Amino acid sequence: MSKNIIEMKNIIKSFYIGTPNELNILKGIDITVKEGEFVSIIGTSGSGKSTLMNIIGALDRPTSGNYVLDGTNIDEISDNGLSEVRNKQIGFVFQTYNLIPRSSALKNVELPMLYYGMNKKDRRQRAEELLELVGMKDRMNHQPNELSGGQKQRVAIARALVNNPSIILADEPTGALDSATGRMVMDLFHKIHEQEGKTIVLITHNNELADETQRIITLRDGNIISIADNEKYYRRFREEEKICL
Amino acid sequence: MFIKENILLAIAGLRANKMRSLLTMLGIIIGIASVIGVVSVGDAMTSSVTSSMSSMGATNITVNVQEKSTTSTTSTTSTTSGNNTSGKNSAGSGGAGGSSQGGNKGTQGGGGGASSVASLFGGGGGGRPGGGYGRQGKPTSTAQDIDLMTMDQINTLQENFSDKISSISVNESDVAGKVKSETTYANINTVGTNVGYQDVKNLAMQEGRYLAQNDVDEVKNVAVVSDKLVAKIFGDDDPIGKDIKVYNSNAIYTYTVIGVYKYQASGTSRTTSDDDLTTDLYVPISVAKKTAADKNYQTFTIKPKDGVDVQAFTTEITTYLSKLYARNREFEAVASNMESMLDSRTSMMSSISIAISAIAGISLLVGGIGVMNIMLVSVTERTREIGTRKALGAKSGHIQMQFIVESIIICSIGGILGILLGVGLGTMGSKAMGYSAAISPLVIIISFGFSMFIGVFFGYYPAKKAAKLDPIEALRYE
Repeated sequence: MSKNIIEMKNIIKSFYIGTPNELNILKGIDITVKEGEFVSIIGTSGSGKSTLMNIIGALDRPTSGNYVLDGTNIDEISDNGLSEVRNKQIGFVFQTYNLIPRSSALKNVELPMLYYGMNKKDRRQRAEELLELVGMKDRMNHQPNELSGGQKQRVAIARALVNNPSIILADEPTGALDSATGRMVMDLFHKIHEQEGKTIVLITHNNELADETQRIITLRDGNIISIADNEKYYRRFREEEKICL
Repeated sequence: MFIKENILLAIAGLRANKMRSLLTMLGIIIGIASVIGVVSVGDAMTSSVTSSMSSMGATNITVNVQEKSTTSTTSTTSTTSGNNTSGKNSAGSGGAGGSSQGGNKGTQGGGGGASSVASLFGGGGGGRPGGGYGRQGKPTSTAQDIDLMTMDQINTLQENFSDKISSISVNESDVAGKVKSETTYANINTVGTNVGYQDVKNLAMQEGRYLAQNDVDEVKNVAVVSDKLVAKIFGDDDPIGKDIKVYNSNAIYTYTVIGVYKYQASGTSRTTSDDDLTTDLYVPISVAKKTAADKNYQTFTIKPKDGVDVQAFTTEITTYLSKLYARNREFEAVASNMESMLDSRTSMMSSISIAISAIAGISLLVGGIGVMNIMLVSVTERTREIGTRKALGAKSGHIQMQFIVESIIICSIGGILGILLGVGLGTMGSKAMGYSAAISPLVIIISFGFSMFIGVFFGYYPAKKAAKLDPIEALRYE
């Protein structure tokens, strides 16, 4: 029905720790994510999910294999080109929020647009719009150290959305939050997914969170061991529809 | 757009670490302040000395008849300075001049040169070496009239070099005395001059005219007086055509005022108050020579035309004169100029300035290293931030720019504070040493530019390091 946002074919990532000890972290990954999908990648620590996330997020290049992100072939791009890809096509949400200290929430949200090269007026307008979406507009002039964890993560989500990226890449977004705020953040992702139609890739080790997504990709020792449509998601979705009806 | 954001960010960063920022800047502040302070004081000294020497006619060439000697040029220089000022001040210090003359003439060499430099440093007063070629202070050596230059010889010289000589002045110090009015008096030195004297000494006429050739030829008792004297003796009355009487212990001389020149304080007589100021009263040289023992000239001053290479011309004249004196066993006529002396004084002063500035420059270097150190700490501290920025799309250039701007901001603020401090120190220092402060805008601009350069130079490596960080490593950094 819709185009492929992520197309990964036979992605291999190796590290060399001394010449004979080649360490394969990813051993041939094939993933396809369609536009508007909410996908989770799960795996225990050491399964290679962080490395995979880095490659999906254009922070790193695979040793071999082919990765096309929304029509852009990542293998062929320079470092500065990768910066541009991250800026325009990827919205990062980190476990530790990674807001820029000593910059207000508004400035933080404006930052990707600054690197994009947008003018000040447009930046401001767009940033306010997104802070409103995540419910942080009344605190937009607060500095990160004046915000709670949940508030920081909401600002970070607004920042991820600001350049209208192809995918939102969320790395353990609720990992540092208590369950109530974690719930709130997940609800926000659902809202973005459903209302804005955003493609979201959630990386987690938490099966409960994965259960909320449409498709679950499970990694173990650098291999994908299962890609499964998630019945629970669709059930929940249908239940909500019923409630709505 | 980026620059502005980066500046705001840098300032926010500095404000978050006030103490650290200030300590970092301190090296720059001290460095810039000391450079500016030293250069300002040096400039003030140089300009003060230069202006006082220029007012004496730095480009003028003085010709002296002196004993033949094998000593170096130092003696020439010292005698020159003495003679050059003798026209103005000799009679007043006649006794002292006479006695110091012996030392100067007899021993010559380094002693004479040193004392003349010392007197320039001291800024006036004091024993002026060789200051007594006037009527009382005869040279101790037996320079007879026949050994001296005649007016004819001088005129011939002028004709021979007419393309290079603007004018030649001769002067004969006559009596020192007082011009009296009913209520007050003014101290004067009577100086016999020729027509060229006005040009050589750059006398500016306020009223009337300067001495003319026929005043000299006809030995007229006319005088050109200073505006200071006019103000004291005549008040608001027009002095032109009036008679003045010059009283000294022996006699009274009467002159008719034909002109008023504007008195220019020479740099070395700044301390004298208007009340006991002694100004020159210029009379025709022929009038002064009537009573002078020597009818010929021991010394005269040549003003070269504009654009003439004074040094080369001085040599040329010396050569010319040596032919003239080739057959004289005891005496020779030597041409010399103040420019060489001025040059050596200025270069000495500037080399002192440069030496101290270089030491101050070392503190700038140390300051710069301090900035670099703090920038490296800052990069390490903000590794995660750098990673985040890169993840959000910052290119290496963006990160590098951010840190270089921060470094420039630190150095510029340090530079501005240093300039303020340096200007303060320079002004205070100059005042304390009795010179008027001369802080050149150029030095300030250069200092500011240099502090910014330090920012770029010492910020470059840390910024490069930040820009090269691997985003994955940086994001993972704890």
